[in-house]
Amino acid sequence: MVSRWLKRFYVFLIFLFLYAPIMVLIVYSFNDSRIRGTWSGFTLRWYIELFRDPTILKALYNTILVAVLAAIISTIIGTLAAIGIHNMPGLSKRIILNLNYIPVLNPDIVTAVSLMVLYRFLKLDFGFTTMLLSHITFCIPYVVLSVLPKLRQLNVHLAEAAMDLGATPFYAFRKVIIPEIMPGIITGGLMAFTLSIDDFVISFFTTGNGVSNLSIEIFSMSKRGINPTINALSTIMFLSILILLLIINKRTEKLDERGARIEKN
Amino acid sequence: MRKATFPYLIWIFIFTIVPLFLVLYFAFTTGDSQNFSTFQFSLENFKRFLDPVYINVLIRSIRLAFVSTILCLIVGFPIAYIISREKPNRQNLMILMFVIPMWMNFLLRTYAWLTLLGRNGFVNNLLTRMGFQALDLMYNDKAVLLGMVYNFLPFMVLPIYSVLTKIDKNLLEAAEDLGANRATTFRKVILPLSLPGVVTGTTMVFIPAMSTFVISSLLGGNKSNLIGNLIERQFRWTGDWHFGSSMSIILMVFILLTMAITNKFDKEKEGRGGGLW
Amino acid sequence: MKRTKVLLLLVLVLILATVATACGDQRPTINVYNYGDYIDPEILKEFEEEFGIKVNYSMYETNEDMYIKLKQGGSSFDVIFPSDYMIERMVGEGMLQKINKDNVPNLANVHEDFLGLEYDPNNDYSVPYMWGTVGIVYNTTMVDDVVDSWDILWDEKYAGQIIMLDSQRDSIAVALKKLGYSMNTRSVEELEAAKEELIKQKPLVYAYLGDQVKDAMVAGDAALAVVYSGDAIAIMRENPDIQFAIPKEGTNLWFDCMVIPSTAENKEGAEAFINFLCRPEIAARNAEYLGYSTPIKEARQLLPDYMKDSEVAFPELEEVLKITEIFKDPRDIVEEYDRIWTELHSQ
Repeated sequence: MVSRWLKRFYVFLIFLFLYAPIMVLIVYSFNDSRIRGTWSGFTLRWYIELFRDPTILKALYNTILVAVLAAIISTIIGTLAAIGIHNMPGLSKRIILNLNYIPVLNPDIVTAVSLMVLYRFLKLDFGFTTMLLSHITFCIPYVVLSVLPKLRQLNVHLAEAAMDLGATPFYAFRKVIIPEIMPGIITGGLMAFTLSIDDFVISFFTTGNGVSNLSIEIFSMSKRGINPTINALSTIMFLSILILLLIINKRTEKLDERGARIEKN
Repeated sequence: MRKATFPYLIWIFIFTIVPLFLVLYFAFTTGDSQNFSTFQFSLENFKRFLDPVYINVLIRSIRLAFVSTILCLIVGFPIAYIISREKPNRQNLMILMFVIPMWMNFLLRTYAWLTLLGRNGFVNNLLTRMGFQALDLMYNDKAVLLGMVYNFLPFMVLPIYSVLTKIDKNLLEAAEDLGANRATTFRKVILPLSLPGVVTGTTMVFIPAMSTFVISSLLGGNKSNLIGNLIERQFRWTGDWHFGSSMSIILMVFILLTMAITNKFDKEKEGRGGGLW
Repeated sequence: MKRTKVLLLLVLVLILATVATACGDQRPTINVYNYGDYIDPEILKEFEEEFGIKVNYSMYETNEDMYIKLKQGGSSFDVIFPSDYMIERMVGEGMLQKINKDNVPNLANVHEDFLGLEYDPNNDYSVPYMWGTVGIVYNTTMVDDVVDSWDILWDEKYAGQIIMLDSQRDSIAVALKKLGYSMNTRSVEELEAAKEELIKQKPLVYAYLGDQVKDAMVAGDAALAVVYSGDAIAIMRENPDIQFAIPKEGTNLWFDCMVIPSTAENKEGAEAFINFLCRPEIAARNAEYLGYSTPIKEARQLLPDYMKDSEVAFPELEEVLKITEIFKDPRDIVEEYDRIWTELHSQ
């Protein structure tokens, strides 16, 4: 009995630790006082300020645009690469997989400075393009890593059978292989999207000319001092994640139900 | 089919291999960082790093990364274990609750602690209201460690959890049938089998903890540097890209070595399966 | 299949959106590069409306940060705001171009005390933007002593109550001044002595902060802090317990100016912008918003009383000049500064 209570208490403590800061941010986002620690009444003015701030809105736009583009491009390149790698003989496969691991295992800051040096060397203008290229670079490996296991589970003879039945290789690829590995592709794409949204270090070093993303804005805001609009921003981000998850949850539940019904029939 | 890899091969070449060689080139040369024609081969950058001042920073980074990894393990293993023993529905919910904060921008999460721990922050307000002495919670190593554990704990919990759920229940029953009590089962069966997850978790916490510069700058009050801060400063502040590159190489080599060692440790055990993927 | 279509549609929409935003704005642009939080955003808007020029505004944290960004290329800026010693360096390296004074008639509004200074003797390259000193702010509810010397920052009574600037140059300058040396010293021994002082001080320091110092002092987190005079005004405005003092050993007198890099693409736009900021009414509003001191003569008269008559914002220049120094470019001893700073932070 005691051990069960202890367990419960431990779980409670851990989740308190994980959520307390977020809750405090949310509460303070409604605080009228600029100064932390003093509560001087309820207000929505930080939210109004947030939506009036052109820099934050522009940064939000950049963040989402980079994340979507990086996710799409890296998913395409990564999926193709995974299919190629899967069909390779042992040695080249191992070499490419190891190369693939470099951006995963390298510390962010090393990847960041190496890309910065590259762009300088190529005399590229720092800005949106360089940031996007960098994001694609660190996203592809994750796509490859999430598609490969699905390919391993794939029945080797499926594509062959399709081609025997008269399908062109491309048709077989599109109609047989792609649908089979779709879950892996979607996982990879989502992972790329979240990684790109959350990135700070690599964007920080590889952007320029006034192009920034949310992380960079938050960093410079927190360096400038406590700014209640950051709290408002956190609240909105937290709530949108929560709502998104609830929707996904509801949808999968519905799908499950439907699946169960079909099975019954 | 193999041709499908071509675009990625080109990409790897331009954006992974060439940049690393450029960093290597910078590390072994000196000159005006912005003017390639002034570069001269030299080991000066590495010699400069041997100065106790810089070595101290490296040691500090290793120490903090090590301590935070251990803390994550101590805090994370039990929770991963508890979750893996729950009913499947609850398991999913609890894991989801672990992942949700990770989806929030990590700078925001770190920044949140400023509000909590400041001299007139939330915790101290509570303490003084309850009649206790206010504490100095911010701008020291403990705050930096806390920030690291807070940010990287999920990286430890998720791999351990994914390994623990894959343990064959029959094994545990077999152990019990053979007369092992719960402690022995844990020690002799669960712990060894969870090792791949622990190794993955350890590397996934150690690497970002070792190279962070944001956490030390926001929660440490810029009092003490980590190697990440040094690299950042060379590239963005002092403008000595050569010295910055040599420190990046040192950091990279150090991390690759650590991983090679932990991997070897891992390989000795049969059966892989740790990892997030 | 449906999913692919949705994806394609999404890509299309995004591309259209990018194109739309890229083409939507056909106005000429100027790229302005400034310190974080160092201009009233309303003023930018007004400039855009009046001149039909779009302002593309980005921020840096320190002079050095900006210098490297400019050096590494890949960016183009039309107006930047470096400080005195940085102007000296950039002029020396040919990174700035001469301002066409015919396009900046409002240069005549600048107080003559701030023209023709050593870093740019004929003001060929720079127009002063803001100026100030460095001093100590202290919370009178926590500090009973008279604050008139840097020594108080080494007083053990205030252990854990002192905030220093997270800036190599300024913090080392404080230590040098405390020891009675010039803050432009090139002597390695003097710099080493300053380093020892800073290391001795470190256990007493609560944190080394940038702009966060304002919040920390307003909230009463610390008793003493080294700040720029403009930040002192901003802090005192929000917390009446705070006072500002310039230590008797002397301090730094600084000028942030507007300059045009040689790589600028819209020089006329840049000059129009500089001229606009030198209008007394605009300069006054900007100064009030920031708390910093404007070098524009008539602008001072337009400020609210608490600033206009403030000793902090507008000290008697003759008096101040006796004990202050303007930074000179430390170009060849930058590595020494960096080593000192690293050593201080590796403890």
